[in-house]
Amino acid sequence: MKTYSRLHEKLTKGKFVVTGECGPPRGANKDVIDKKIRLLRGFVDAVNVTDNQTAIVRMSSIAASAHLVAAGLEPVMQMVVRDRNRIAIQSDIMGAYSLGIKNILCLSGDHQKFGSQPDAMNVFDIDSVNLIRTVKDMRDSGKDMSGFDLDVAPKMFIGAAANPFADPFEYRVIRLAKKIDAGADFIQTQCIYNMDRFKEWIRRANNEGLTDKVYILGGITPLKSAGMARYMNNKVAGMDVPESIIKRMDGVDKKSRADEGIKICLETIEELKETNGVHGVHIMAIEWEEVVGQIVEQAGLK
Amino acid sequence: MITASQKPINEIIELVEPYKKLLILGCGTCVKTCFAGGEDEVAVLASVLRLSFKKMARPIEIEELTIERQCENEFIQEASPGIARNDAILSLACGAGVQAMAKRFAKEVVLPGLNTTFIGIQESHGVFTEECSGCGDCSLATFGGICPVTRCAKKLLNGPCGGSQKGFCEIDPDTQCAWHLIIERLTTLKQQDNLKTYIPPKNWNTSLSGGPRKLIREDHII
Repeated sequence: MKTYSRLHEKLTKGKFVVTGECGPPRGANKDVIDKKIRLLRGFVDAVNVTDNQTAIVRMSSIAASAHLVAAGLEPVMQMVVRDRNRIAIQSDIMGAYSLGIKNILCLSGDHQKFGSQPDAMNVFDIDSVNLIRTVKDMRDSGKDMSGFDLDVAPKMFIGAAANPFADPFEYRVIRLAKKIDAGADFIQTQCIYNMDRFKEWIRRANNEGLTDKVYILGGITPLKSAGMARYMNNKVAGMDVPESIIKRMDGVDKKSRADEGIKICLETIEELKETNGVHGVHIMAIEWEEVVGQIVEQAGLK
Repeated sequence: MITASQKPINEIIELVEPYKKLLILGCGTCVKTCFAGGEDEVAVLASVLRLSFKKMARPIEIEELTIERQCENEFIQEASPGIARNDAILSLACGAGVQAMAKRFAKEVVLPGLNTTFIGIQESHGVFTEECSGCGDCSLATFGGICPVTRCAKKLLNGPCGGSQKGFCEIDPDTQCAWHLIIERLTTLKQQDNLKTYIPPKNWNTSLSGGPRKLIREDHII
């Protein structure tokens, strides 16, 4: 079977994969990327490189992904439709592929209202489902959106996001199906803290036969403190941190809270390993990349 | 209707300061309905400006007039004598009205007194909401009569983003998630299949993206 990337190949072989995350710096400092590379190397199968996440201006995901390629790590280049129209999107996909970037995660993008430059105009020429279809069409038909034959088609392994914790819940499986139909090969989910809700979502996806058509990686973010848990629950759109998790973080003394956060992660990973339809985990240790290695080792995923 | 709101008074004072004789020209249709530019607003604004200029010890003569619509030549004509008597016109019309006045009275200074906001409806008394972007290619039939191009902050055509929470949009807890409404409405109409249908990229050529638009009705051209 033809595989598009090393991540793809590992998934086809049935490996329970681990992806990490590298947020590019707010500046042109490549050292920040290099440091994150050192922390993640050897522990993860691929590394998501975020695209101006939370609408804060950072080094481009393409450039940062290219640095990863040069260092021998496999990036999952994130691309949002907030900042580019279809012309720039297709051009950037071709450019990225020419730089050795083989995985893409297609996203809508956080609204600029939350970011560092809320005065900006957004684009949203196409939506994230259209983006998935665009990458798939370029890959499979070798044509751009106008039907023009590309001399070399970008052949990327296509990812999409799913948030089982957003509303309306009933629609979340329909949306997953839509993304799969549009061409998503793998899915990375929002951070899982509410395991009951996640399991209900994956149960429905299993019933619809969706997990046979796509690889699902469960989202994991280690909590550093009870404050972070509360903040994520109240302030971050689409996050669901149940009261029981917040209480658990509150219940240990301050010095041990980070350890407790890691413990919660390990328990979540254990459950996900046993969950039918889950093919790996996506660890988003936001500005806390140094714990990824520990989590991966302790979870027995190395 | 076209909705608008009055510019901050300091901005208006700055705009009209260079002139000694000012015509405040109201518009009696859309912007009257949204309490921004009808006779009442013209009268209140005139009083505020007279008072402000008096306080600054600056003489100004202000004349008040409201016509039915500033965007139609037929009504604009009524304003001619008043315009001739004054140095400048402070138009309380939408941007189309201001420009229609400027086009008709090419040598006169026409100043905008309003910020034009959107095409919308009065949802409840005093509350106006944006409903239409005038994209030139209406697909309301697909979405149960609710426009995601206008009412989804990300113009999503294929379902809600991950920020839809309990029926509200992530960008503002007072803004309903358009997609939540679409899903509810299509469920009521038993048109849930529309939710599963892939909607291809929108053709923006009919929108402002294709450049300023012109509507030509050959059958009405004399």
